[in-house]
Amino acid sequence: MMDFVYTLLDAVLPFDWLSYSFMKNAFLAILLVAPLFGLLSTMVVSNRMAFFADSLGHGAFSGIAVGVLLGSGSPLASLIVFSIIFAVFITYMKQRSNASTDTVIGVFSAMAVAIGLMIMSRGGSFNKFSSYLIGDVLSIRQEEIAALAFVFVAVVIAWSILFNSLLLISINAAFARSRGIKSFFIESCFASLVAVVVAVSIQWVGILVINSLLVLPGAAARNVTWDVKRYHLISVLISIISGVSGLIVAYYFNMAVGATVVLIAAVCYFITLLLKPYFVR
Amino acid sequence: MLRSIFHHKPPHIDGDGCCQRFCCTKIEDFSVAYADMDVISNINAHIHCGQLTAVIGPNGAGKSTLIRAILGEIPHTGKISYVSGDGRKAARPRIGYVPQYLRFDVSAPTTVEDFFMAALTNRPVWLMGAGKLRGRILNDLSRVRAEGLVDRRLGALSGGELQRVLLALALDPLPELLILDEPVSGVDHNGLTLFYEILDNLRETEDMAILLVSHDLELVASNADKVLFLRDGKATSGTPRQVFSDERVKEIFGEIHVPDDNYDPPVYVPVKHGGDE
Repeated sequence: MMDFVYTLLDAVLPFDWLSYSFMKNAFLAILLVAPLFGLLSTMVVSNRMAFFADSLGHGAFSGIAVGVLLGSGSPLASLIVFSIIFAVFITYMKQRSNASTDTVIGVFSAMAVAIGLMIMSRGGSFNKFSSYLIGDVLSIRQEEIAALAFVFVAVVIAWSILFNSLLLISINAAFARSRGIKSFFIESCFASLVAVVVAVSIQWVGILVINSLLVLPGAAARNVTWDVKRYHLISVLISIISGVSGLIVAYYFNMAVGATVVLIAAVCYFITLLLKPYFVR
Repeated sequence: MLRSIFHHKPPHIDGDGCCQRFCCTKIEDFSVAYADMDVISNINAHIHCGQLTAVIGPNGAGKSTLIRAILGEIPHTGKISYVSGDGRKAARPRIGYVPQYLRFDVSAPTTVEDFFMAALTNRPVWLMGAGKLRGRILNDLSRVRAEGLVDRRLGALSGGELQRVLLALALDPLPELLILDEPVSGVDHNGLTLFYEILDNLRETEDMAILLVSHDLELVASNADKVLFLRDGKATSGTPRQVFSDERVKEIFGEIHVPDDNYDPPVYVPVKHGGDE
């Protein structure tokens, strides 16, 4: 299966940078993950959840640490479970608490980082975790790409089911509830979805920059669109274009892929910002 | 024209005809408290079908609280029951709700069509076109004379336009009890008059029960069948004439002129079939 994909890539894209198999793997991983960030960022931006998305990265941090502490082989399982619990918990606190949302998120986000750092730094062995901070998509393996493909399909299906309700909630929660939408359930599902995407890609993108990928594509796309379909399309396109071009640029200049991708996405944002006056409706 | 728009089949009669259907919402000893402080206390009210019941009162009197409690958004004590035309208990009616404020991001790339599609179907808005649904959306919007707004961005609508768009959506599927929380400001007088005209038609042609929180007392005086005056969480109710001649109401709002014929207010001019708008 993978051999076929490799041959196909060689035939369709016979480029120098794609000749190594680690680059092929990274390329495939980016093609699978970038559209998901594009999709989710539309709602992250519309719901003003940039800070929430940021805290998920922090939550993932302690998820990894707890996974290592429990001693399971790959920390991914505990990372996913921890991230979902963290996301649903914050969604719950946000609804229950009278404190402002960013205070609630700030408190738990800080706690999660502290717990993660405490566990990871125990015995002075923090260095082996530093790859999570920067991310390393070039080290991705075949079976991990298969896992990403599975996540890709799952998220696209979930997004198709959840999106309409999410859109109504983002416009007016009371109105959405009056039409029979379970707003807490839907919002928890959305938070979990973001949490899962963050959890599975954090190793390749890096905690330091993952939040930007959940914000920039949507923020850029909304500058030049006025309806939901174009918003999604442009957001996904910007995400894929910055992902792939970031990989290529990082390859030739020997830099961290995640950071390069984010910078290109930021450039896209500024370009759309300049174009905004021509698209106002 | 309006009449013909509203004049489709009588809505959702469950089998045995009109006497079985929902006709009255009874609110008994309704109280809502936040942290031991009563926001509204011991409210009794009947909201009948075919009637427009207006809730008025000064700011902070608990008007929105009452509505949110009826909607089940916040916990309350006391009873709310739905009664059919012959006095028996009825199932919870289908409730249409028009919220007061939309605290949404006005720069959001969402059109009126996207909004309707999200509310009316499970077809993912981000992936699929409206297709046949567009006809239904246009029809919904034509009820509130807002067909022209279908491709506009939600955040670019004026207060009055947004209010009518929300009303159009609250009317699909057609509710038995329509609850509206009118915005304090942002809707001009022409917009409000049109809004009341639409409600007036709904009440008559669909026999709908309408509960409306309102701030325009002149329009309430000439359009409402019943008025519920809330002050410090307590209610006084009656016909507009009774309520507006109450000393406590006068103390707050002053003299409000109530037209002689409540049921045919001057703002509403019925137009014959096929006539122009």
